[in-house]
This record gives sequence, structure tokens and C-alpha cells, in this order.
Amino acid sequence: MALAQPAVAAIKSGFKLHAQQLGVVYGANGKSVSALEEINLEIADGEFICIVGPSGCGKSTLLNVMGGFLAPTSGTVTIDGERVTGPDQRRILVFQERGVFPWLTVEGNIGFGLSKLRRAEREQRIARYVELVRLQGFERSYPSDLSGGMRQRLQVARALAVNPDILFLDEPFGALDSITRVMMRGELLRIWQQERRTIVFVTHDIDEAVQLADRVVVLSSRPARIQEIVTIDIPHPRNISAPRYLELRDELLKQIGLAYEI
Amino acid sequence: MRRGWLRPTLFIVLLLAIWEVSVRTHPGLILPGPIAVAAGIAELIRHGLLVKYVVASVFRVTWGFVLACITAIPLGLALGWYRRGEMAFNPLSQILRPISPLAWIPLAILWFGVGDLSSIFLIFVGCFFPLLLTAMSAVHNIPAVYVRAGRNFGLSSTAFVGRVLYPAVMPQLLVGMRVTMGIAWLVVVAAEMIAVNSGLGFLIDDARNAGNRYDLVVAGMVVIGGVGLLLDLAMRSLEQMKSFNWKSSEE
Repeated sequence: MALAQPAVAAIKSGFKLHAQQLGVVYGANGKSVSALEEINLEIADGEFICIVGPSGCGKSTLLNVMGGFLAPTSGTVTIDGERVTGPDQRRILVFQERGVFPWLTVEGNIGFGLSKLRRAEREQRIARYVELVRLQGFERSYPSDLSGGMRQRLQVARALAVNPDILFLDEPFGALDSITRVMMRGELLRIWQQERRTIVFVTHDIDEAVQLADRVVVLSSRPARIQEIVTIDIPHPRNISAPRYLELRDELLKQIGLAYEI
Repeated sequence: MRRGWLRPTLFIVLLLAIWEVSVRTHPGLILPGPIAVAAGIAELIRHGLLVKYVVASVFRVTWGFVLACITAIPLGLALGWYRRGEMAFNPLSQILRPISPLAWIPLAILWFGVGDLSSIFLIFVGCFFPLLLTAMSAVHNIPAVYVRAGRNFGLSSTAFVGRVLYPAVMPQLLVGMRVTMGIAWLVVVAAEMIAVNSGLGFLIDDARNAGNRYDLVVAGMVVIGGVGLLLDLAMRSLEQMKSFNWKSSEE
């Protein structure tokens, strides 16, 4: 089940996403606050990137800039050589909470971005993604009838249904209980291996990052710069008590400036 | 389910009994008892007036309310979305809002004459501002996540309004519409006392003027209460629909 390292494979075929000299300055009450500085990042096609850093450091800001929701004060983001100027169906942002539309059923949510397709094709696509995220039997249910984990799976399905190149996930499992969160990581890895999309995943959970990512981008505290990029060279499925896993985890904890003991 | 009905019914029966007994033991009171009122309602039904008046009142309320909905709600949504528009419009709505719709009666009669149009106009005025304010605040309360998700899926402006904005504000709009429907029903009775010669408000006014038929006055009041309740139940049944009112089922 060991995968070829996509990071290595993709370097040959060029980069999917390229962030150059990104900077974001917020102006509030006459004072300007710098949120991001000198961010340079290259993400390969099909790569799974996690972004970690102290809370409030600007992880979500970076994600929003890359997704086109926020214009950077300086620098550029290019995807497939094309400059990002706004949100686009080719890259979908998945939110931590309340991201699905509560007035639509599971089917309605997954089909939300598919209104241009013909009916038969749309239904086929919906059925496929219902199955992918294992929500069979809940097609006609509303999000309020689903658990938190199911709602997040639904959000991922809605995102994938429009066939995006890149998924941006903003602490997608942050509001779930710890058991569900672990199960969701497994689900996401399974989906990623099946669908092969580029994933940029923001988290504040070091274990999550080491379990999921090909590379982990560590941001410094505000203004956020890239402090370190750690390559996780362990094939999936990862043994979370293997020495190499613990070594990388400790390395990341040290990068973030956390002690080994509580 | 049964027990839920039992207590209120018993309570109403008890109140009616107390009412009847006190009216009988104090003949000096100019108030008809429930039996006389029931007889009054029966008389109205016999003459075919009850249905005619209820239909007349509901007709006016429906027109005034619907006209207010189709003007105030889109306007309120637009103003709520474009904050600058709201800031410009705010002083005007703050001044017009506290004016009772009844204060418009003289102007309504001047503009539209005595008839349906005046009372429809009064109901429209009474419903317009509550709906406008509801729509504006509903837009302010849309979770940003829905707006961003909508934009992410590349919706055109029209599609965005139809597929994200309207459904997102619907729960709050429904509450506002229900409250406003109550206002419309209050206004129609007052308007009918002055501006028309049919309807439940007219019935009350007419019964007093034409021979002090207080049994018919109270009968009219009871019918107003009953129809008002039915209108409220109708609005509530809209709120039961999940695709409309997703908020009721959220934790």
C-alpha cells in the first residue's frame, strides 16, 4: 500500500501552485498589522501539504490568499502558471464549520456546483461522491440530521464533485471530537489516494500534520513567515509509534517551540 | 398529543362558564354572554354575512401583505447587502416607521377613495417597514461561510441571490413575515371601520351603529380572533418546512 512519493514525482512535471513573495498587511484604525511576510512556496501536483503554526499566526490568511478570497498586499500566487485573482471552481475551500448549506439535502449540497451539467450526468456524479464519502442512505437527509463528521465528509464531497484541481482545507476537523477526527484523517487519506488532488490543509494539530502530509510547512508567529518545511518521508499507512514518526513529530514540536513534556 | 389539547380546552370551557354566569348574575352589564354571542355568529352565518365578511377581510389582508412582501423584502435585502444604500435610506425609514398605519387613513381615503384600495394601502403601509427591517437585518446575519462557499462555486449574481441569499435569510424572514401578518390583521380591522362597508371591522362598527347589537360586536371580535389564529397557523406551517426553515432544526 506504500505510495510513490508524489512530491518527488511532481517536481519533474513542474509545480501546481507557486506563491512568490506573498505579503498581507491589514489596515485597522490607522494602524497597519502585518499578517504574512515573504511567503515563498511551491506545491507539486497531487501533493498533500499541511500548514501548521501557532494559533492566530496567519495560517487561514495564507489559505485565503491562495484560494483567491483575499488579495495579497504584495506578491503573487500562480496556479498552473495562471495568476490567482479570485475564487474559482477549480480550487475549493473547505471550512471548519457550517460549510454545507443547511437548506439543501445531502444530494442538493453535492450537486450545488453541478447545475450546468445535464440531469443524468449530475445524478451520476452525485451518486459517485455520495459513495466516495460513504453517505449512502442519507441522500435525502438534511445536514441537521447528520453528525459533525458526516457534515465534513459532505463538504469534502461537495468540493470534489466539481472536479477541482486543488482542495484547500481550513482546519476541517477542528470542531470534531478526537475519535471522529482520527477516523476522518483515515477517510481523507483514502479519498486523496483515490482522487489524487492537490491538498493544502491548515491545522494546528502536529499529529494530524505528520499523519497526513507529504510536506509540513511551519509558519512562525505574527507576522507569519515560513520558518521551516519538513518533508514527511514515511509511506502510508503510517505507523504512529514508529521511531521515524516520533522523530519527525518531535522535530515539528521543536520548530513550533513546544516543550516535550507538559 | 391528546393531553396537550385537553387542558387548554378545559380552561376555555371554564372561562366561558364564568363569563356566562357573571353576565347572568349582573344583568346591568351591557355585555352579551357566550350563548348570545354564539347565537349572533349563527345569525351571521344564516344571513351569509360571516363568510362574505371573512372573505372580504382576508382578501384585503392578502393583497396588502403580498404587495408589501414583494416590494419590501427585495428592497430590504438589497439595502442590507449594500451597506451604503442602507445608510442613505436609514433616516427616512426611521422617521416613517413609528407612524401608525392608522395615521395614513385620511390620506388613504383622499388618494384611493372609500373602498378596497384604501384599506389595502393601509395594510401595505403597516407591513412595509417591519418587513423592510427584517430583510435588512436578515442579510446582516448571513454567516460569511455561506457567502464565501457560494462565490467559490462560481455562481452568477442572479444564481447567488436565488441559491444562497434567499435560502440563507429565509428562516429570519419567515419569523418577520409571521409577526407582520399579525400586524396586517390588526390594521385591516381598523381600516374597515372607516374606509369600507364590508369586512369584519365593518361588521363591528355597523353592529354598534345599527341598533347596539353588542352580541354581534363580540361575535365579530371572536371571529377576528379565530381567523387571526388560522392565519398564524398557516404561516407556522411554512416554518415547518425544512428546506425553508433550516434553522429550526439546527442545534
